Order: sequence, then C-alpha cells, then structure tokens
Amino acid sequence: MTPSNPNLETTIDDFAPLAAEQRRQQLSRPSLSYWQDAWIRLRANRRAILSLYIVIALLLFTLLGPLLWRVDPSAQDLDQVSRPPGAERMITLAAPYRSWNGEAVLPTATGLRLAYPASTQSVRLIWDPAPGAAAYRVYRNIVPTLPGESLGLPIAQTLTGTETRYEDRLDLRAETYFYTVVALDETGAELTARQALSVDPVAVITVAEARSRGLQSASGPLKIGDKVRFKLHPLGTDYLGRDMLARLMHGARVSLFIGIVAPLLFVGFGVAYGSMAGFLGGRVDQIMMRFADFVIALPFLLFMILFKIAFGIGPGQSGILPMIVALVMLSWPGTARLVRGQILQVREEGYVNAARLLGARTNYLVMRHMIPNTMGVILVTLTFAVPSAIFTEAFLSFIGMGVAPPTPSWGGMSNEGIKSMLIHPHELLFPAVLISITVLAFNLLGDGLRDALDAKMRSRE
Amino acid sequence: MWRYTLKRLIQGIITVWFIATATFLAMHAVPGDPMSGDRAVSAEIRKNLEAKYGLDKPLSQQYVIYLGNLARGDFGISFTQQNREVNDIIREHFPVSATLGILAIVFASLGGILWGALTALYRNKLPDIVIMFFVILGISVPSFVFAAVGQLALVKLNDLLGFSLLPVAGWGTVSHMLVPSLVLGLGTMAYLTRLMRSSMLEIINSDYLRTARAKGLPATRIFTRHQLRNAILPVVTVLGPSIAGITTGSFVVESVFAIPGLGRYFVQAVQQLDYTVIMGTTVFFGSFLVLMVIIVDLLYGFIDPRVRLA
Amino acid sequence: MNGPPGVQDGFARSAGRQLLLIAVVSVVGIALLMFGLSWLSGGARISKGIDAATGTVTLALADEPPQLDSTRSTDTISGMVLGHVTEGLIRNGDGGKLLPGVAERWEITETGATFWLRPDARWSDGKPVTAHDFVFAWRKTVDPKTASEYATIFFAIRNAEAINKGQMPLTSLGVQALGDHVLRVELIRPIPYFDKLMVFKSFNPIREDFFNATNGRYGADADTLLYNGPFKITRWVHGAHLRMEKNETYWDKARVKVNVLDFPYFSSDPNALINLYKDGKIAVAGLNQENLNEALVKRWQINRFQRGSVAYMEFNHRKGRPTANLHLRKAIQLVVDPDEVVYRVIKLPGNLPGRSLFPVWLDGVEGKFREEYPAKKIVPDPIEARRQLALAKKELGLNKIPPLTMLSDDGALGDKLTEYFQETLRRELGLEIRIDKQIFKQRLAKMTAGDFDVVLAGWNPDYPDPLTFADLFASWNSNNRGRYNNPKLDQLVAVAQNSTDVQTRMDAFGEIQRILIEDPPMVPTYEPGVVFVVDPRLKGVVRRVAGSDPDYTNVSIVEK
Repeated sequence: MTPSNPNLETTIDDFAPLAAEQRRQQLSRPSLSYWQDAWIRLRANRRAILSLYIVIALLLFTLLGPLLWRVDPSAQDLDQVSRPPGAERMITLAAPYRSWNGEAVLPTATGLRLAYPASTQSVRLIWDPAPGAAAYRVYRNIVPTLPGESLGLPIAQTLTGTETRYEDRLDLRAETYFYTVVALDETGAELTARQALSVDPVAVITVAEARSRGLQSASGPLKIGDKVRFKLHPLGTDYLGRDMLARLMHGARVSLFIGIVAPLLFVGFGVAYGSMAGFLGGRVDQIMMRFADFVIALPFLLFMILFKIAFGIGPGQSGILPMIVALVMLSWPGTARLVRGQILQVREEGYVNAARLLGARTNYLVMRHMIPNTMGVILVTLTFAVPSAIFTEAFLSFIGMGVAPPTPSWGGMSNEGIKSMLIHPHELLFPAVLISITVLAFNLLGDGLRDALDAKMRSRE
Repeated sequence: MWRYTLKRLIQGIITVWFIATATFLAMHAVPGDPMSGDRAVSAEIRKNLEAKYGLDKPLSQQYVIYLGNLARGDFGISFTQQNREVNDIIREHFPVSATLGILAIVFASLGGILWGALTALYRNKLPDIVIMFFVILGISVPSFVFAAVGQLALVKLNDLLGFSLLPVAGWGTVSHMLVPSLVLGLGTMAYLTRLMRSSMLEIINSDYLRTARAKGLPATRIFTRHQLRNAILPVVTVLGPSIAGITTGSFVVESVFAIPGLGRYFVQAVQQLDYTVIMGTTVFFGSFLVLMVIIVDLLYGFIDPRVRLA
Repeated sequence: MNGPPGVQDGFARSAGRQLLLIAVVSVVGIALLMFGLSWLSGGARISKGIDAATGTVTLALADEPPQLDSTRSTDTISGMVLGHVTEGLIRNGDGGKLLPGVAERWEITETGATFWLRPDARWSDGKPVTAHDFVFAWRKTVDPKTASEYATIFFAIRNAEAINKGQMPLTSLGVQALGDHVLRVELIRPIPYFDKLMVFKSFNPIREDFFNATNGRYGADADTLLYNGPFKITRWVHGAHLRMEKNETYWDKARVKVNVLDFPYFSSDPNALINLYKDGKIAVAGLNQENLNEALVKRWQINRFQRGSVAYMEFNHRKGRPTANLHLRKAIQLVVDPDEVVYRVIKLPGNLPGRSLFPVWLDGVEGKFREEYPAKKIVPDPIEARRQLALAKKELGLNKIPPLTMLSDDGALGDKLTEYFQETLRRELGLEIRIDKQIFKQRLAKMTAGDFDVVLAGWNPDYPDPLTFADLFASWNSNNRGRYNNPKLDQLVAVAQNSTDVQTRMDAFGEIQRILIEDPPMVPTYEPGVVFVVDPRLKGVVRRVAGSDPDYTNVSIVEK
C-alpha cells in the first residue's frame, strides 16, 4: 500500500498509536536535576568557589585546629604579656624573688646606683641623701631624659627624707630605663637636687616558673644562670599572656557557633512559620503575618540588649545560649515573610496548576515544585544571615554585652584589642581580620548561591 | 491614598502598642534592682523610692499605668537623674542622633548611587576594581574598627598638618559632624553601592534602554532619565530598613567620638539599669522607626508609578 | 553592554560627566545641609585646651553629672561639680588642712558644734548665705521622702536617725539657726572628725525659697541651681556641654585666677580623651596602661594620684557557703599576690598592692596610720595554701571544693582581674571558679542577696577617718554584704565610734586591721590609682581623696 500523494490521502493506519520508544523525547544534553544545574553554575563562579574553600578552611580551623594546636587557651603567662608574633623568646633563669632590706651586693658608688644587678624581677635603687629633702620622688623613663623636659613616669614617692632606696617591680621589660630621683621639700615641691641612672634589666624567670611552664634547657637540668627558650606563640599572646592562636581557635568556636546555629534556628523556624501561614492561608495567615510584622518592627539592637540583660548570664555560663535565643526571637520574621510569599507565588504558578491538572498528588507538588523553588531562597537567606549574626555578636561583645569572660570570642577579643591598638596591634588585627574574612566569605558565597539557585534573583555580572 | 495612609497609621499605632508591651515585659524580667546604690539604704527609704516610681504596685496595675502614661506621651522620671524626665532626656539627645543619622543616610545613599553608577559604567576597569575593593572592606569590617581607626586617622592628620583641621571628638559644629557621620554611613554606603551596581547592570541590558538608544536619544538623556532613575528604585526600597540600622547602630560611633546622642545614652542607661529611660528610649525609637517605614512606603508610591497605593 | 566600542566610550564619557555634575551638586548640597543642621543645633565654638587670652581652661568630664541636688547626689562627678559651684561651712586647703568656708570660725565639742558664718558669703543672686540655708538642706537630706543614700552620715546629729525612719518630725533635727549667722549642732555622740565631715557635699547649704520655686527640679539645670562657690554654671546642655564661669558674688573671688572652666566633652573612653589631649583640645587627660608609652615618648608631664579607695575580694559568710570556712579563706588569701596584681596585671603606677582594708593615706596618731600600725604582709605560699585547703576539705567533709562563684562587674579592670584570679586559683589550688559578671547595679543586688561565694568589690571613703572603712565589716552594717559576723570586731568598732581619744581609736583600728588579716573576711588586692597628663601651662590642679576631686578652683594659666 503506497499512496500516490501522501498529503492528500490518509488511511486508518495513520491514526494508530506509534511504538512507545518513539514517544520518548530526544535529549540533546544529559538530564540535570535542579541541584546539579545549580552546582555547575556555582562552580563556574570563581569567587563563590573561593569563598566556599575559605568557609571550609574556617570550619577546619575551628574544629580541627584545637586538636592540632594543643595549647590551653586559658593558660596565662604573665612573663609573656602582649607579645607580638616572632618576639624574642630567650630568657635567663634566676633565683626566686626575695624581699629586700636595703643591703647592696654591687660595689658602692655615689649618686643613684643599683644595689643588685637589674633584672625584670626587680630593679633595686639606692641614692645619696640630698640636703633638706623631706621625701624623694622616683621617675622612670623609656626615652633619655632631656633637661627641662618631663622626667617620665612618677613611679613612686618615699614617705620620708631618710628613705634613700626604692625597689621598682612595675611591669619591667628587657629594655633601657632612665631613672631620675628628685628630692622634695616639706610642701611636696620638687627641689633642684636630682640624680639619674640608666638601667638595662635582664629578662629572667625563676627555675620553678620555668619548670611549671615545661621549659627545658639544652644542657640537662635547669639551673640558675641558664638560658632557656619560651614556648612558641605563632600569633603572639594577649594581655594576660595567653596564646593568641589557641584563643582565636576557641573564639572561632563561639563566633562561628553563634553565627551558624542562630541563623539555622531562626531560618528553620521562619520556614516552618511562613510555610504554615502560606499553606493555611486565609484568616490564620493574616493573623500570623500580622504578628510577624510586629516582631519585625522591634528595634533590633535595642531589643538584643534588652533580651540579653533580661535573660541574664548565670555564674560560669558563657552567655552563648541567651544570645542565640535573643537572635532567634528577633530574626525569624524576615524568613517567614519571604517563605510565605514564595509559597503563595509558587502555588499560583502555571506549571503547578498544570501539574495539578495532570493529576499530581500534593506530595509530588511539594517535593517537586514547592521545595526546590523555595529552597534556593532559603539557602541564600541562610548564607546572608551568617555574616549579620557574626557582626551582631561582635558588636554586642564590643559594648560589653556579649559572651561572658573568660569565654573567648572574636568580638570580645577585638574589643580588648582596640584598647591597645597602638602598642600591640596584633591583638586587634587577628580577630578583626578573621571577622572580616568570615563575613566576606559568607557574603560572596551567598551571592554565588543566589546566582546559581535563583534565576529571578540573579544579579548580572 | 488617604485611606491607605490612615490604615497604615492605625497599624502603626498597634505596632507601637506591641513594642511598648514587649519592652515592659522584657524590662520587668530583668534581674537586679535599679535602686541599689553603692551605699545600702534602709528599708523605709527603699519603700519611699519604690512608691515614687510606682514599683510597689502589682505588675498588672503597673502595666495599665504605664500604658496610660504612654498614651499621654509621658515616659516618667529617670532613675539615675532623679529630677529629670525621660521626655527631657529624649528631647535633648535625640536631635543629635537624628542629625548624625540623617547625614549618614545622605552620605550613604548619595555615595552609594554615585559609586554604584561609576562601577557599572567602568565595569571591570580600574575605577570598578578600586571601588569594589573598598566596598568589600566596607561590608566586611566591623563598625567599631572603622570608628577607632577613623579617629586615629584624624589625630595623625592634625598632627601632620600642624593645626587642627577637624576635631577628633565632641559635638557642636559642622566640623564635628563630618567624620562620625561618614564612619556611620560607611557600611550602608558599601551595601548600597553593590545594590546600585547590579541594578544598573540589569538596566543596561533592558529592552527600553535599547529602544531609547535606537530612537537616537542623546546619551546624557538616556543616562539620567532612563538608566540612573530606574536603577535608583531598588536603592530607595532598602532605605527604610537602613534608616533603622543607622539610627540605632550609632552607639559605637557616639561613644568613640564622645557625641551626646541617644544611642550612647541608651547603653549607659542599660548599664545603670535605669528602667524608665530604657523603656522610654526603646518605645520612642520603635515608634520612630515605624513612622519612618510608613513614610518610605508612601514615598515609594510617588517615586515608582507602578506602585499604586490602594 | 551592546554596541560598538566607539559608541560605548562616548556614552561612558558623557555619563561620567553627568555623574561628576551630580557629585558636585551633592557635595554642595551636603555642605549646606550640614551648616543648616549645625545652625539649628545652636553651633558651639571649638576652644583650645588652654586659652590664656580669655582665661579659659577646657576639660573633659567622664560623664555628665546626673543631677546637682546636694541632698541626693551620690556620684563623684556631681561631687566634683558641686565642689566648684557651691561651698559648705568648711573647705579643703592644701596638704589635708582645712580652711574656713562659709563659716568664719567654729567650735566643736563632744556634745555639739557651733559655726559662726561670715556675713559676706553670698548666693549668686546677691542674697546672703544664712544659717537657715544649712538647716533647710540638712533637714532635707535626712527627710525620708528625699530617700538620700547619705542620710546615714547625719546620724550622729540628734534625732537624725529617728527622723530618717519617719518616727519624728523634721523640725526635731538637732540643728538650729541662732539668728542669721550662727549655726548650732547637737551631737548624740562625739565625732572627732566632725570638721572634716563638714567638707562633704551633703552638708552644703540650700536656700529654701529657691528650692521650692524650682518645683522638684532643683539641680537639674543651670538655672535651677543657686551658687555660692568660686564658680557658677552658665551653660549646661545635657549630655554635651557644661560651662562654669567665675562667680562674681563669691566672697573669696580673689583666689579664682581663671575666668572659665569649660567642659564640652563628656566621655570616659580613654582613647578619645587622649586623642583630644593630643589634639590640644583639653588640658587634662587620664592615661591608661595602653597609652602610657606614647605619653613617655611624647615627653608629656605625667602625674599620678592615689584615689584613696581600696579594692578587695570579699567572701560570703552565710551558712552553707564553702567560703564560710576559715581554712578555705586562708588558702585563697595565701595564693592571691597583690604584688603580682599591681606589677604584672594592672601595670599602672599609682596603684599600690593591697595589704590592708585601711589605705596608706589615712592619718594615725601623729603620722600615717599604716606606718604606726603596719599591716602584716602576706607572702604567697602555695604549699601552706594547699595545706589549708586540705584542712578546709576535711572540716567541710568534702573530697572536692564545689565550684565557687566569683561575682564581678563591668568596671574598667573587671574582666582582666577576674580572669587572672580565676586562673590563679585554678592553677595553685585546683579550685573551679565560675565567673559571674554583672553590670554594677546587678552586682550590688546579687551581693545584697548573698548570691556569691567571692566578690570583687571596693570601697570609697566618705570622710578622711579610718572609721569610714573600719565599720564596713561590722555585723550591723548593711554594707557588710557578705554577712561577716565577729563580736570582737563589732566591739572594737563601737570603741572607735564612741571615743574621742586618738590613741584609743587608732589602737582599735589597728586591732581591726589585725583581725581582718588573720580571719580574712576579705583579701585586699590593690589601692586604685590614676595616672594623668596635665598641660604644662596649667598649674594648681589638686587631686583629693575626700571631697571634690579633681579640684580646679585654684588653677592658673602660666605662659611658658
């Protein structure tokens, strides 16, 4: 049977169903699920991938760091306070400190002189009595004293004119000090008589202190006069001589924990709340969303502070939990609104209606359309919520309302560091840089995710 | 239009009531005692003090009195400044914060629009790269670091010049305002720059712009009338929340630069557990923000003809 | 972007020009806006730290005075301002001496005191300061309606305590005006330091008609306060600016050598203050440990001052608290090293290692109290401390001391010290310390409720006599928040309170000091001090332990 003109003649056979395999669409490219597609697009975004690596590195730093760098973050070492990275670590061992009764072991001389060799344990000064002195004032300077200029730090004042010695123990370091002793008259006015001396104390610690810190010398057991090397602090130490690296790692646990857990919780709650409102619709939706509007209207930082003090931090607690609770209580409505909007929108989309007409079950609709179409928005919200939570923690710690001491956090460490910004920049620099890197990485990752997951929210690059 | 405004205002009042209630409940859950002083006082004196502030009444009655006073705009008397009303304190300190906030918003929005437009115009060229570097800094560096570094930079500048060009702290003249408001607006400026840039780039590829160019309109007209104007819209939408962020986020800048604003006062009041000041300030700030959001929404209706206020 | 490159560049150039135009317009707009705003806020002038031409000294205040009503003022800042703008019967002179103030001369006995007021003392509105003004102010302070924290300081005056409890009328207070210029005070017990007490701000005069006319706002603003001191407040913008000018009606105005004391900055941020000093905007600034080095390198004139207060670790003695055990307290005392606290943790000169509840500046019989009655120095001894700890465990019947709560507040040194003590007690004694950091008022509330084991506290003296410290741990004192109860100490306090014999009193204080060290209800840690820089052209700044501090009433400007 061969029709002469196929365009004109049709037979009943033409209306017979075709073989099943021919109905299958021919796909020119491999089939990709939504997530595979998103992943490919994310991978193409160099910045986002770099941020992803940074986030992974930060998590490793937080989780594995303390296992590799086994230094106690709360161990204090008052001999190594506020050391920058790479500071001198050699130190001489000395006898334990004994109080001083005015005797001298160094050969006598005149003027202001040392009674004992000067060390960072103490500088013992003796001077000649000045005629007419009712008392003496001792000054210490770190720059050579110039005539007519300030004599430096008034470190002490004797109570009588017969007391002609002073023991300086205040924060001594291995640097040159310029001492001046000035005689005072009865009214406390300075007389012209003054004696001066420059002193270079030797950095020392006692054998017991060295032993308690586990220091070892190259030549067998520790003995007085030996030189030993302090333990390494790669990023220096803080204001109580605690290891910065260990504190940064433990601080990361707090900052990242708050930064990740709080957003997870409030986004989770927001999703549940928003989708419930979206699904139920009608009056319930109205009431639920009105309540969300109320919560959104609360001034965020003011209420963070209010809640923080209302919950209170008990003895020994870190205050992480109250902060997370406060963050969750105040931050969920944003996500709830977003998700509800998304659900309402998707519900009315043509393809959802089509699927429903084709007999798709609710489960299928939720799994195939609702979730993928809202997941993107949720994931993006979550990524952007992390930096803002980290900033909030840092800010609260900065005004002294953050986590309680001695728990380290990056914000709290920056707050302490800012006080000594000029003399010990490393104490501010490291925590602040970590905050910045984290915030930046999550922001860029959020951008990348948004571009990859949500065609409608895509920014053009 | 009027009906819409009225509806928004009524909603606003209910919101303020909610804020007031939440503040009241939070404040009364705070452990501690606003009347404890360094020197212990006798039980009789305590009773007198409690009566003065109405703390001797049951909580429900205190709440009713509190709402009644709020309705009359009376926030009560401060606990630490025993002869000053909270109203006076707000009246004296809020204008300072508002001035700082307005300037910061102006800096942030103008800067954001200008830099954003510039980066979009010179995409992937030197200006874009340089500006985006600063934007990244602005987004990722905490505000307290900016404030401290900003003040330090001022000291160094004055030191270098040999005379005091700009004051390093304090309040009262134009020169006092410049650096703090810049520092305050910096984060928002960075955020707006990014927003402006992406919204500009979106418009560059839009159909109406192509049409405008095809019609042969002059470049300047296309740029200002079509591109810039339309790109600003998304920036305006985020201005409302930004105002909130800036006015309440001024604690740090105010304390670093010794500015007598309400934000710093609030933190001090919290540290001294000054109940009435804390409650008054929170309710005041909350109402202020509610009002701002309403105003921005109404404004948006004027700027964007697509939005109809029904 | 689409389009050929040439077109593209042209567009960008023209758009760039547009942007530049917009930028210029906005800068001009912002400038106008700023000037407008500053004009609205009443624009102030920025003055220099020292202005010799106008006799102006510009300074910073840590905070604004909460109020200047002397019957209710409790803080040091309002105390300082009141010390400049008002004057009591007696004022402070140099080197701890007393000088006549509104009173020309006085006579103090065991049963009372009489003050003869100078006729030329005037209020700033020209009316004379009379004895009635003192009577009114004193009655106001003990009035239970005023609820003054300092009413207790009046309790040696007849009926003051009963009036404060609401049991007697105000008029029964033992103070009378015999005419306009004689003030008669009746005492129920002798107070050997009564003249020194008169310097305290609560004893300053207030004029009744003016007070009533202010309608409850006395001392809230510059115009609701009447001045009789060397200066008067001419401008008080709350939170922003306080300006004092020389008071022309002051009886001893010849001693005032500057015209204006200007306080345009209220800040306690040490960095902000030091930056202002560096910039030449203020004449005096406090230093902290962090900016000490810079001050030295810049060769600034550095001064130091002992505040006169003491900081200590106080134990809770309530039943059931482990710290009620003597041996545990001794163990802690033996590992707390005040030398290390001051020399290695605080690191600021002016602070002294704490040895006793009685600070070094207090006067004894003839010389200083601490020289006549030296406090036994506790040398840190970890071995003995561990022995005491073992004894404590045995007495308490515990294998391990339960975690101890250490209460502290958000003061400047708060975190540093608590963390230091926590680690020290852990390292040396294996004690687990739970830090409970609270804001100041919550700390006080928790202290009063007894919600702590150890608290980092302190005490500021009210008057320059050892008694201001000695009665702190008396069982009846409501400031004894750890509920320490030692009948022997109570008895010694009673001896010191009721005697006028210097030797007897000092012996009692010496004995109290011994008890406090041997049976430690508290462990002294340090005596706080401050370090500050003063512009070399400013002379005569006086710091005082008791009374208004710092005192600028005698400052003068010296050009180099």
